[in-house]
Amino acid sequence: MSKDETKSMRDAFGHKLAALAQANKQIVALDGDLGNSTRLSFVEDAVPESFLQMGIAEQNMVGVAAGLATTGMMPWTCSFAAFMTRRAYDQIVVSVDQPRLNVKLVGSYSGLLTSNTGKSHHSFEDLALLSTLPNMVVLSPGDARETVHMMDAMAAYDGPVYLRLSRDETLEYLPGTDEAFAIGKSRTLHEGKRVACLSTGAMSPRLFAAVQALSAEGIDVTFVHFPTVKPLDEERIVELANTHDHLITMEEHFVSSGFGSAVSEITSRTAPVFMTRIGIENEYSQCGKDAQLLESHGLTTEQLKERIETIYHEVEYGV
Amino acid sequence: MTHLHEVARQIRIGVVDTVYHQKQGHVGGPLSMADIIAVLYFDTLDIDPNNPTWEGRDRFVLSKGHSGIAQYVALALRGYFPYEELRTFDDIHSRLQAHPDMTRLPGIDMSTGSLGQGFSAAVGMALGAKLQDRPFRTFTMIGDGESQEGQIWEAARVAQRYKLDNLVAIIDNNQLQQYGWPALGNIGQRTSPEKDHASKWRAFGWNVVEIDGHNIPEVRMTLDALRKEDNGRPHMIVAHTVKGKGVPFMEGSYTWHSNVPTDEEYKQAMDALKEGALDE
Repeated sequence: MSKDETKSMRDAFGHKLAALAQANKQIVALDGDLGNSTRLSFVEDAVPESFLQMGIAEQNMVGVAAGLATTGMMPWTCSFAAFMTRRAYDQIVVSVDQPRLNVKLVGSYSGLLTSNTGKSHHSFEDLALLSTLPNMVVLSPGDARETVHMMDAMAAYDGPVYLRLSRDETLEYLPGTDEAFAIGKSRTLHEGKRVACLSTGAMSPRLFAAVQALSAEGIDVTFVHFPTVKPLDEERIVELANTHDHLITMEEHFVSSGFGSAVSEITSRTAPVFMTRIGIENEYSQCGKDAQLLESHGLTTEQLKERIETIYHEVEYGV
Repeated sequence: MTHLHEVARQIRIGVVDTVYHQKQGHVGGPLSMADIIAVLYFDTLDIDPNNPTWEGRDRFVLSKGHSGIAQYVALALRGYFPYEELRTFDDIHSRLQAHPDMTRLPGIDMSTGSLGQGFSAAVGMALGAKLQDRPFRTFTMIGDGESQEGQIWEAARVAQRYKLDNLVAIIDNNQLQQYGWPALGNIGQRTSPEKDHASKWRAFGWNVVEIDGHNIPEVRMTLDALRKEDNGRPHMIVAHTVKGKGVPFMEGSYTWHSNVPTDEEYKQAMDALKEGALDE
């Protein structure tokens, strides 16, 4: 498979950042000693002078990135999402977000699927932490193709951005993700009635498969993918709330303070509607194979399909 | 040199006067670093107050951001903004925030306040200069208490690894922090546990120089020499200082870390500073 056709988000990320760094000498990649996992190693392979090893020290990595940005460079820092966000959160707030510096923060291995590493490596709160910051743009691509186009938009945008990547190597391409990416725009991937499903990141391909399976059985629910978590496509959310009886949000993240919460903040203010938020409930997880982990939290395509179907029947027939 | 002594005295006056009138701010740290800040802003740094964003300027990051008032007075004296603006210090909507804010005040190269962070940013600036082959130098000041932050040592490793000899750091070693540890048998006396900064920085591969941070000729000579020194190692000046320096009743007392003088104390402090009774 050529690098343009890969379904691996991390591979796509590594190749794209190498290409960006090749084209723009101001772009540098800062590694927290996980380059061979996150594929930041592809930058080192292609443009060694643009790769900076910061060692196992995320707080300093973010601070150095801030300093580099003040000199006109465009640093991209990368680690596992858990370490990139939790470990260096104060640095992100004080050294990057408040001064609104042009730093790109990349959290790889986000959510639940972290290559069987378990609780310390899961990040179920990174969207919450980063989305709450006033100057931060938060991006959560649904597939490898979208990641690549998103990175062009990130490089063109002058300001701090958090990019949340998935380690799930099996994510199918979503329709339309081969087009240029616009920050803040959602993608409507299926038109239906009564129930609308809204999702972000790696949940979108899983959910899209569920929506297609339901459609084959004669149940058409609306499905909208939100690759931008902040700023959210508020207009589209209000539209969906006004034209559907029930919204279902899905994310590989805590349901508390995550994407679904952000959606409900908008609907509760402007267009109150019944909502079901699906994600990681109020608990920590464990190690296990990807499929086992998804299943244990009710996030497989089959489980999502059942939950949507149940909600659809309740709304449509009151049962 | 007389000029620099006078600048340092004016910085101390500005610090005490501002904190007294604004009823806010830190005193002990700004007074301990006043001589070094005077030399930096009036001798060492290649800067242009009329063009604070000049790309070729030397950078200065006050990592011990809580001592920002000393930097503000120096910037005002240097002509970055009207001296009267010091009377807005710590007020709502002021450009002179309690901790320096680069988005508000021209002349501030980095927003700081959370200890340890400015030091990493300074490392990033020096690295940026190296990567882009630009000649400006980066200076930064940390507190001795601040070096308790782990981030300082993360940054120390990276600066050494990337051979950032264009970075000059200063540790304002006044040996007191906000509260600190109790002195043996006397909890009213507080101390800092770190007695030997120099050997730690040497172990991290830095070029270390120890000086008297109140000896202006020594400060000036050291900064001037290290500004030009490119020996492949980042530079650390361990400046031995006295917290509250210049105001006798504040010297060496942790209670003046952040404290507002009473009317009587203010008068005493200003009298002491007006006499110019410093080291010389």
